Amino acid sequence: MSRISQYLTDEHHHCDDLFAQTEEAASRGGWAEAKDGFGRFRRSTEAHFEMEEKVLFPAFENATGISLGPTQVMRMEHRQMREVFSQMAAAAQRQDADEYLGLSETLLMLMQQHNLKEEQILYPMADQALAGQRETLIGSMQALASGA
Amino acid sequence: MIPAGLSFEQAPPISVPFRFFLTAPWFLLAAGLLLVFSGPEMMLSRHMPATLAATHLLTLGFTSMVMCGALMQMLPVVAGSPVPFPRAVAWGVHVPLTLGAAGVAAAFLADSGPLMHGAAGLAGAAFAVFIAAAAWGLARVTSHSPSAPAMGLATAALLATAALGLALGIARYGGFALPYGQLASLHPLWGLYGWTTLLVIGVAYQVVPMFQLTPNYPPLLTRWLAGTLFLLLVLRTAAEFLPLPDWLPGLGLAAGAAVFAVTTLKLQARRKRKIGDTTLLFWRIGMGLLLAACALWPAILLLPEEAGEKARLLLGVIALPGFILAVINGMLYKIVPFLAWFHLQSRYAGQVTIPNMKQFQPDKPARFQLGLYLAALALLAIAVFHPPLARAAGLLWAANALALGWNLVRAAHLYRRTAHVALEKKSD
Ligand code: HEM
Repeated sequence: MSRISQYLTDEHHHCDDLFAQTEEAASRGGWAEAKDGFGRFRRSTEAHFEMEEKVLFPAFENATGISLGPTQVMRMEHRQMREVFSQMAAAAQRQDADEYLGLSETLLMLMQQHNLKEEQILYPMADQALAGQRETLIGSMQALASGA
Repeated sequence: MIPAGLSFEQAPPISVPFRFFLTAPWFLLAAGLLLVFSGPEMMLSRHMPATLAATHLLTLGFTSMVMCGALMQMLPVVAGSPVPFPRAVAWGVHVPLTLGAAGVAAAFLADSGPLMHGAAGLAGAAFAVFIAAAAWGLARVTSHSPSAPAMGLATAALLATAALGLALGIARYGGFALPYGQLASLHPLWGLYGWTTLLVIGVAYQVVPMFQLTPNYPPLLTRWLAGTLFLLLVLRTAAEFLPLPDWLPGLGLAAGAAVFAVTTLKLQARRKRKIGDTTLLFWRIGMGLLLAACALWPAILLLPEEAGEKARLLLGVIALPGFILAVINGMLYKIVPFLAWFHLQSRYAGQVTIPNMKQFQPDKPARFQLGLYLAALALLAIAVFHPPLARAAGLLWAANALALGWNLVRAAHLYRRTAHVALEKKSD
C-alpha cells in the first residue's frame, strides 16, 4: 500500500520519535545528546516540510485549483514551527532547560494539531485528488529526501 | 470530492473559548462555598435541595461550560468544519448558560417554581443554540477523525439531557402528569454518561495520542464503542417504560466505560513522550476513578436500600467531582496555554517576545492545584460516610477552585499584557 497519506504519516511518526528522545535528554540535562538529537529532529522535519511544500502542495493546488485553502494554512503553520525551531536551538545552545522544555511543550501541541489536520483531512483529500500520480509523487518526495 | 469552502480557517477568536474557561472556576467555587454553608445535610441524599444545587453548579456551571467552549474550539480542527458565526454563538450560549446555571442552583435552594421555570428556560435556550451550531458544523465533517462521530452522539445526548432537565424542572413545580421518578433517573444518566462521558471519549481519541505521543486507539474501539454505548443508553431508557431488564444495558454501559478507561491507561503506559506532566496525572487519576465508578455502579444493585443510598452518593462523588472534573481540569492546562500562545504567535510573531506554554502555565502552581484537588476529593468521599467533615471538604473545594481560577486568570492576564505590548510597539 503506497498511498501518499501512509508515506507522509509514517514520516510524522519518525519525527515524533526524534522529538520525544530529544526532549527527554534535555529534561535530564543531557545536553550533548539533546543538541545532537535536536539537530536530527530538525533536519528530518525540515526535509518533510520540503516534500510537502515543493511536491505535494503544488500538485494538490494544480489538481484541485484550490491555492488559498488548506495548503495555505499548512504553509503558515510550517513557518510558525520553524520559528519555534530557531528559539529551541538557541535555548539548547544556552543549555536553558526551562526555556527549552517550555518551547518543546509548545512545539508538541503546534506540531500535533498540525499533523492531525494533515492526516485526517489534507492527505486523504490528496490521495483522492492525486490518485493517478501517486507513484510519481512519492518518487519525487523520496528523491528530494535522499538528495537533501 | 473537495468540499467547497474548506479553508482550515481554524481558530475562532480567542475570546470565544476563553469566556467559557474563565467563567467555569467560579461555579466550582460556588459549589465549594455551598458545601461550607449547608454542611452535613448535603450528605444525607442526592436529592437534598442543596445537593441538587451543587450538582448543577458543577454540571451546568463547570463541566458543560468548559465542554461547550472546548467543542467550539475543537470542531474546526477535528472535523475540518468551523462553527458558524462563532462570536454570536458564543454570546448566545455563554450568557444564558451562566444565568441558567446560577438560576437553577438558586431555584433548588429557594424551592422556587417561577425561578426554576425561568432558569431552566435559559439553560435550555443556551443548549439549543449550542446544539444547533454544533450540528451545523458536524453535518459538514470533512475529516476522517475518529472523534467526530462520538462528538455527534455526545451532542445528541445533550439534547436528551436538556429536554429531560427541562421537563423535570417544569414538572417539579407544575404538577402535571409526567412520570417524574423515571425521568429523574434517566436525566442524570444522559447527562453524566451520554453528554459528558461520550464527549470525553471522543476527545480522548484525539488528545491522548497527541499530548503524550501514545499509539492511536485501536480502530475496532473507535469504530464501535461510542455507537454501542449510545445504543445501550437508548435501551436503558426503554427499560424504564417497557418490561425489559434494566440491569442488562446498565452492565453493558459499565463494561464499555471500563474498556475505555483500561485502553487509555494502557496507551498512556506505552507513550513515547516519557516526561510526565500535570495533565497526564489528571487523566490517569480520572481513568482510575472511572474504573472505580464502573465497579461500584453494578455493585449498588446488590445492596440493601439504606446502604444503597450512601453508595449512590459515593458513586456520584466518584463520577462527577472525581472522574469528570479531573479529566476536564487536566485538559484546561493544555488548551488554555496553547491557545494563548497560538493566538499571540499568529498575530504578533516577530513584534514581541511571546511567552511559551510553560510561562503561561508553569508546572508548580498546576501541580499545587492538583494536590488541593486530590485532598478535596478524598475528604468529600470520606464525608459521605462521616457528614460532619462536609464543611471542611467544602473549604478544600473552595481553595481548589481559587487555585484553578487563579492559574487560568494568570494565563489570560499574561496574554493580554503581551498583546498590549505588541500593539503599543506598533503604534509607536
Ligand atoms: C436544562 C438544564 C437542566 C435542568 C433544568 C435540570 C433539572 C434537574 C432537576 C429538576 C433534577 C432533579 C431530579 C430529582 O428530583 O431527582 C435534576 C437532577 C440531576 N441533574 Fe439536571 N438539569 C439540567 C441539566 C443537567 C445537565 C446538563 C446535567 C449533566 C451534565 C445534569 C445532571 C443532573 C444530575 C447528576 C442530577 C442528580 C440526580 C440524582 O442525583 O438523582 N443536569 N436536574
